[in-house]
Amino acid sequence: MSDKIFKTILFLTASMIPLICGGIVYALVTDAYQAFEYFGFFKFLTSSEWSYTEGNEQYGAMPFITGTLMTTLLALLFCIPFSLPVALFTGEYFKGTKIASILSTIVDLLAGIPSIIYGLWGFFTLRPIIMALNISPQGSSILTASLVLAIMIVPYAASLSAEFIKMVPNDLKESAYSLGSTRAEVVRRVIFPVAGSGIFSSYILAIGRALGETMTVTMLIGNTNAIPDSITSTGNSMASIIANQFGEADGLRLSSLIAIGLILFLITATINMIGKIMIKHSRI
Amino acid sequence: MESIESILEFNKTCVSYTKNTMAVKYVSAEIEKNSITAIMGPSGCGKSSLLRAVNLMHELYPNIKVEGEILLNGKNILSMNPIEVRRRIGMVFQRPTPFPTMSIQENVLAGFTLNGLRLDKYQREEIVENTLKSVSLWDEVKDVLNKKGTFLSGGQQQRLCIARALALKPDVLLMDEPTSALDPIATKHIEELLTELQKEVTILIVTHNMGQAKRISKRSMFMYLGELVEYDLTETMFSTPKDERTKEYLTGRMG
Repeated sequence: MSDKIFKTILFLTASMIPLICGGIVYALVTDAYQAFEYFGFFKFLTSSEWSYTEGNEQYGAMPFITGTLMTTLLALLFCIPFSLPVALFTGEYFKGTKIASILSTIVDLLAGIPSIIYGLWGFFTLRPIIMALNISPQGSSILTASLVLAIMIVPYAASLSAEFIKMVPNDLKESAYSLGSTRAEVVRRVIFPVAGSGIFSSYILAIGRALGETMTVTMLIGNTNAIPDSITSTGNSMASIIANQFGEADGLRLSSLIAIGLILFLITATINMIGKIMIKHSRI
Repeated sequence: MESIESILEFNKTCVSYTKNTMAVKYVSAEIEKNSITAIMGPSGCGKSSLLRAVNLMHELYPNIKVEGEILLNGKNILSMNPIEVRRRIGMVFQRPTPFPTMSIQENVLAGFTLNGLRLDKYQREEIVENTLKSVSLWDEVKDVLNKKGTFLSGGQQQRLCIARALALKPDVLLMDEPTSALDPIATKHIEELLTELQKEVTILIVTHNMGQAKRISKRSMFMYLGELVEYDLTETMFSTPKDERTKEYLTGRMG
């Protein structure tokens, strides 16, 4: 009897999750509907205007989609040279040693730092450097935001890829060694290919994390509502435009912000799904 | 034992995993060239540890110490470069281990690619065909050379792994219970193959299948608790074991 009650409670609690998720999607869609209806879905996606002059309001998502994609891809690019060696260090070269466990603890610690702290560090430490190097006049730029974003996603990419590297069967590695292979060749020709799709998927999941990162980006991107013409210019990401303007927006503008939120949600969900599917189909 | 033309010689070889526990204790034995020598013994007797000492596999694990000497053509392996040793001494593992991302052809040639040795197209084709023929796999796979090796049956995969080891033309082939994951028919195939192969390569095989040792090996070692208890012609050992422990093992009272 108590087993039955327990089961019912479990079922009810578990079914809350899909309900909440559905509720969020429903709210996003209904609130975004006004903007899509007014501008047209594709027009909204591709328009680069963002002006709230009364009587002639023009909103389009393109500058922010571009800003998000630029920061995310740059962050990914900057993240790889750090996360891949860390993954190899903890997952293969120093696997099981004390120094590897210390390193992975520190990496995990990085993942736990609140994004506002990364933002502060970027704002007060990195931004002056960017300014001093004459890369960008105010120091805020797509580049600045991407650099900090890269540091933030290193732990996700590194610890997950290390898991996949660790999972490469030992007898496969030994087989390669038994053929007279050096360690570097074993890494290059056996470990990377075998763990490849897993490593790839961990970067996809890291991207998913970078796409939605709000606080750090808002503090460092410069908040300009136009398509950035280079990586050193200022811009806005989908998340940062929402964070900047939701408080003062209403009507069509609010609906447009929510529409951007919906697009971001769809992109992130798709990216995460691709990552999960790849993990399932990875060769290990 | 009569004098033999040896290629490999253990001289007081010891393997220890921790400071105080020796897995292999002072093993001395000469391995005859172009023959099959079996290493038998119950689980944990040190037979695999001894085998893995030969191609310096233990050097991959810093905790494991190998002492004494292992001579390959009179030169001590333990002071040689492991990469060079492993190119001359091939190994086949318990479970078939074709590289899952490589095709059948690439698997055969893996020893060359992993060592950064470049071959032209003609050499590649020749090595692939000859090696696969020598493990009698050629007829079965010649039309699917570009398919992944993991699509083959267990027995075929194991023959592919033998081919991969043989492609580098090693002097010695080490086999660590190579048929324990295979069905009886595949096992029979491999055993017949080994009997053929001993003309070209010296085979040292760890097995806990006494029947297998009896069927294919010329000489047998019996190890117990890290010691080499008895080493003799297989026929002699099975008919008249000298040591009580060997007798107990062979009659199934221990194992």
